[in-house]
Amino acid sequence: MSTTRRDFLKTSGMLVVGISSGISSGIGSLAAQTPARAASTGGPYPDPDFHQLDSWIVIREDNTATFYVGKTDCGQGTGTAFRQMMADELDMAYNKTACVMGSTDITVDQGGSGGSDAIQTDGIPMRRVAAEARRVLLDLASKQFGVPADQLTVSEGVITVKSDASKRVTYGQLVGGKRFNVTLTGNNVDATTGVAKVKAVQDLKIVGTSPQRYDIPGKVDGSMKWAVDMKVPGMVHARNVRPPTAGAKLLSIDESSVKGMPGFIKVVSKGNYVAVVCEREEQAINASRQLKVNWEKAATAPFPSSEDLFKYMRNAMPASAGRPAVTGNPDAAFAGAAQVVEAEYDFPYQGHTAIGPAHALADPSNGQMTIYSNDMKSYGMRTGVADFLGMPRDQVRVVWMEGPQGYGRTAADDAGFEAAYLAKEIGRPVRVQWMRQEETAWDTKGPAFAFKLRGALDAQGNLLAFDYDARAADYNHLGYNEPDTVLIAQLMGKRRANPAGGSSATPNEMYAIANRRMSSSVVGLPLVWETPLRTGNLRDPNGPQSTFASESFIDELAAAAKADPVDFRLKLLMASTTDDTGFKRARSIAAVKAAAEAFGWDKRLSPKPRATGNILTGRGIAYTFRSQTVVATIAEVEVNRRTGHVWVKRMVIAHDCGLVINPEGVKRTIEGGTLHSVSRALHEEVKFDTEKVTSVDWLTHPSLTHTDTPAKIDIVLVNGDPNPNRPDLPAYGAGETVCKPTIAAVANAIFDATGVRLRRVPFRDERVLAALKAAGV
Amino acid sequence: MSNVTLKVNGKTHTLDIDPATPLLYILRNDLDLRGPRFGCGLGQCGACTVIINGTATRSCITPVSSVRTEVTTLEGIGKDGGLHPIQQAWIDEQVPQCGFCQNGQIMTAKALLDKNKNPSDTEIRDGMARTLCRCMTYYRVQAAIKRAAKVLA
Repeated sequence: MSTTRRDFLKTSGMLVVGISSGISSGIGSLAAQTPARAASTGGPYPDPDFHQLDSWIVIREDNTATFYVGKTDCGQGTGTAFRQMMADELDMAYNKTACVMGSTDITVDQGGSGGSDAIQTDGIPMRRVAAEARRVLLDLASKQFGVPADQLTVSEGVITVKSDASKRVTYGQLVGGKRFNVTLTGNNVDATTGVAKVKAVQDLKIVGTSPQRYDIPGKVDGSMKWAVDMKVPGMVHARNVRPPTAGAKLLSIDESSVKGMPGFIKVVSKGNYVAVVCEREEQAINASRQLKVNWEKAATAPFPSSEDLFKYMRNAMPASAGRPAVTGNPDAAFAGAAQVVEAEYDFPYQGHTAIGPAHALADPSNGQMTIYSNDMKSYGMRTGVADFLGMPRDQVRVVWMEGPQGYGRTAADDAGFEAAYLAKEIGRPVRVQWMRQEETAWDTKGPAFAFKLRGALDAQGNLLAFDYDARAADYNHLGYNEPDTVLIAQLMGKRRANPAGGSSATPNEMYAIANRRMSSSVVGLPLVWETPLRTGNLRDPNGPQSTFASESFIDELAAAAKADPVDFRLKLLMASTTDDTGFKRARSIAAVKAAAEAFGWDKRLSPKPRATGNILTGRGIAYTFRSQTVVATIAEVEVNRRTGHVWVKRMVIAHDCGLVINPEGVKRTIEGGTLHSVSRALHEEVKFDTEKVTSVDWLTHPSLTHTDTPAKIDIVLVNGDPNPNRPDLPAYGAGETVCKPTIAAVANAIFDATGVRLRRVPFRDERVLAALKAAGV
Repeated sequence: MSNVTLKVNGKTHTLDIDPATPLLYILRNDLDLRGPRFGCGLGQCGACTVIINGTATRSCITPVSSVRTEVTTLEGIGKDGGLHPIQQAWIDEQVPQCGFCQNGQIMTAKALLDKNKNPSDTEIRDGMARTLCRCMTYYRVQAAIKRAAKVLA
């Protein structure tokens, strides 16, 4: 007898042998379990009940466990971390567990991924759930043996009577294949809890170790089935045809231009959305290229060119502006200053540009809609697609599978909506994949920023006042799979009254500065809808921008104050004695010191005396935090004064994210995030003329390569600050914080090497060379 | 459409197909292989890399009609169902983040190591230069290549 996960969730009290169709016992098959295999067919697909322990944990007769977690992984190995935490609470061996993630019908809605919060927000409730399962199992054993639970001991899923080791029973023998039938409490999914308490951090054995990620073998031998690999019977292929210029209006389609082509099925269009559907993939590509469509250009230019963007942003009337946050009396401090420093910084639009373009497969069988997708917010897409198609939510499910990461791109999962729309239109399963030029031009963008900063120093070089103003081109910000903001909806004219405007950030630091004015505003471009410059959450949505400006400027102030850049920061951090509940100030000081020590920081002024020869070297530091995670980063660069080429030769990152679940996993996450930001520092910029994006592939939107990878990356996990009064720190997010300080650290290192301050990202060879020449370097 | 004969990972296939079709779509859609992936269709990123005649080849811009000799994909580099030492090095170094590009990283590395058993750091960087990763796992990829070179030596 076998039943599906879905059946298991809706069946009360029945004994089930196998949990998922096609899944037999044995850890090998358990580890290979994927949502696609575990998912049932048929439908409808109601939400799993988060108040049922059975929605989270299944114990099998062979004494293995599967955890069902409503998060998605972006490649940082969060599934492995959940297994560690939950196995630890359950007293099971790590390798006797498996984790299934992110599919809407079989895992509880925990929001998918976003905000680097998987471990921070969802770790504790998952530990509570696992602890409750352990409590229930001990309770069952207690009844079986007729001894109190405190007379029992557990190890690796085996419960033994302390006084009589011959009395033992496994979890599998107690509940294998059966339901727990235990009701949990909590007002929302994050508050889910049973009666049991989680273990003290000191009692965790698997947390803090580094088991290898379970998903990696299948990623290196070609056996893993990704969302791009998903096929169903009768499936056909679609490709989009985008407007050639932003804001263009569809006048007519000449269907005869493709009608005789092999495999042609249909041209589907509504509003300004156009797609071609064919039997085979290459046929759809060919037909989409050959289809003749007449477009009418927008009457007015949709945006300024990328060359004119910052001038435009500085002159534009803000669409929204928060009230400036003012402390002290900045105007008086500036008036009385011995020295005032001012600078403007520019940060361009940058693309998500995932290595694989957007894709999804939608299957309309049985009157339901199943979408196979790598959408990081699979639950949001399910709700959004149901609304978009006018289907009951229970008839739509999203089966989450692995995919190429754009670090925020799939939070606005255009392809999933397109596949679902096309599948409904033609009544067959449709696989949609974007082309490279389409992806790079039309994916969501990290917003451009224009900054103005001012600082006031007294005669002794003390920072008296700090004035920060940021403008973000972030007026039409996507992020949560809304049915009226994804691209297909915009092109079809389905729009909300006002765009979901993004934000314009102020920097995150713990500097004690008596007088501050921190202001930010959002500006729009002429074309609001249907624009390839719509913005989305790109790996810390505005932290790299704001930190580039603020931490570059702190470096400028240090130079003006004739202070060592590390000393200048430490002085600002230590100028106060107050702290927050997360010891963020103390941890900031510890991180800056740890980075400086690991690097071997030599105390001196920046820039260093000009060297002779073609290669100039320098180092720069930047520090910030995100939520409660604190990072200090030091970059060492080589600048070629003949070519302007910058090589980031070494990176040192001191990182404090509280409790670390998997140190090796965190280190790789830090490496990847840091290099992603090095790429954004040196290469990445979306260029456009006044009617279209002209960065459309890897030549025109270049990225870091093997050639310019640092020779050395040193990571210090600065956790466990030795404050004896400090309670155990919880785990904080580790996916994005390192993206914030890196660009400033690189800019500060270039300044140290050359004496030239770069205030415009990216630091491509030609821009650096021009700046060096202008400064006579 | 016409009959095209193709040898992939030791097996010969005959397919009725448009001979201009890029090899990638046939490997993925007709032969159900998952290693080579579409990344750009322009030969710029390397996600679709296979090995033909000892050369790392971008299958997204290789018409199937131009393929004269055996094609080896990620699925075909291991022996007797086991992992190739390069694949094992990738696991030992825990290289991938999302992993989507790693087919290209591994296949390009294999072609590199097949020709040069002990590459210098510069030779690794140059040999891998055009194989992109947006999770920026380059640092670990390079470490894994060095680890694999030691095992293969």
